[in-house]
Amino acid sequence: MIEVKQLTKTYGSFTAVDAISFSVEPGQACGFLGPNGAGKTTTMRIVTGYMPATMGTVTVDSFDIFEDSFEVRRRVGYLPEHPPLYDEMTVRSYLDHVAALKGLPRRTIAEARDREIDNCGLDKVADRLCGHLSKGYRQRVGLAQALIHQPSVLVLDEPTIGLDPAQIHQIRDLIRRIAKERTVVLSTHILPEVSQICEKVVIINEGRVTLEATVADLTRQSSLEEEYLRQVGGEVSAPPAKEPPADA
Amino acid sequence: MRNVITIAWRDIRSMFTSPIAYVVLTGFELLAGWFFFNLLSQFNRIVAVYSGLPGYDTTWVNLNDAVMSPLLQNLSVVLLIVIPMLTMRSFAEERSSGTFELLLTSPLKISEMVIGKFLAGLAILVLMIGLTAVFPLILLMFGNPEAGLILSGYIGLFGMAVAFVAVGNFTSAMTSNQIIAAVSALVISLILFVINWPADGAGETLKGVLLYLSVTEHFRVMARGVIDTKDIVYFISLTTAFLFLTHRAVESARWKS
Repeated sequence: MIEVKQLTKTYGSFTAVDAISFSVEPGQACGFLGPNGAGKTTTMRIVTGYMPATMGTVTVDSFDIFEDSFEVRRRVGYLPEHPPLYDEMTVRSYLDHVAALKGLPRRTIAEARDREIDNCGLDKVADRLCGHLSKGYRQRVGLAQALIHQPSVLVLDEPTIGLDPAQIHQIRDLIRRIAKERTVVLSTHILPEVSQICEKVVIINEGRVTLEATVADLTRQSSLEEEYLRQVGGEVSAPPAKEPPADA
Repeated sequence: MRNVITIAWRDIRSMFTSPIAYVVLTGFELLAGWFFFNLLSQFNRIVAVYSGLPGYDTTWVNLNDAVMSPLLQNLSVVLLIVIPMLTMRSFAEERSSGTFELLLTSPLKISEMVIGKFLAGLAILVLMIGLTAVFPLILLMFGNPEAGLILSGYIGLFGMAVAFVAVGNFTSAMTSNQIIAAVSALVISLILFVINWPADGAGETLKGVLLYLSVTEHFRVMARGVIDTKDIVYFISLTTAFLFLTHRAVESARWKS
């Protein structure tokens, strides 16, 4: 499970994330919504231990992200916005490398790699170089990479961005399958994705949580889209205003 | 330790699965061969001329002074230029390609990352310098140079190159742009290379400082056959200092990203 309390991240005078709090129950899939620049990526980077917060605490499976950083990292699988692939490595050797980085015992590496190749449908490309893969396959290798140490928590940053409809469908199926036995945080712009995969929604805007609710409660009165637009201050039928990218 | 090897091994493999290692090794050995060939032909000409002069003292014409010592000095200049290009990728590429996120979210200490990257640099360095051993071996087979002198010269060359690798790792950790990393590494290394130039005109204290800071001075002492702890300590402390700075740079990249 994930518990975020009063999490704040500032860059100089710019506040990217402003005292946000939310929690994700064990085994729950949580959709993390918000316009570009709302602070989604920043929050996810803090939760995964990539960067430290300015203030506030995050606990993953009751381990503090700052105090027990390594315990948290062992329990979290992370797919960043751009899958962190080494283009000159084959898919197989890349997954072996990640498994070693994640601290898997040497004798279990081959097994874990074969499991994820199978799980993420990579058998056809296992011996191709990562740099030669299509975007859809890169995303799948990214997922395999995030799953190789069998984390209890999975953090996915816009996993279907830039994919064609067929690839989106495949990745979404894959995520739905792996989300069953894990705690998942999924950031996305695509609202149907949330209603298909997630049980819970957290909407953030301008660094603040504006809504935390279960999908079932939310969709009882209105559609997810209406609620989203109400929260981020957009008008219905107009696309949300473009804001600076999260990693600015 | 296992993490260090994981990091180092990936970097070494990536140099050999891409053309980098082959281009660098070929280029370096080609240049070394060219230097050796010319120094040796020059040596032969000198020997031919002076052995024709009866009663002339020719003991100053020897393979150590006329071939090995200038060869190692030429190689030190080539290494000065090539090493920044070898090390520029180490951290900058991870930062620009996004794999930095993978490293920093894995249960891995920054020191393990830094040492791993450094060891990968050393591995290619050992290969580069090691392959040039064929030239002193040729001299030993057909002539009688002093082996100890050659060895201490090589240790000096290696010590200098190791320090340059640490400098290169440091500049690479400072930026996500490989060109900036390479140029800054070249500038820092070159400053260390020529910092003794004003020493002759400087006062006693400053002169001592400049001479101590200069990699060339320590290399020269070793090329003359003197292995002094002072010089070894110098190369080790220079390397350690830059590895420490590398650690800081990675740490700060994490806070700022």
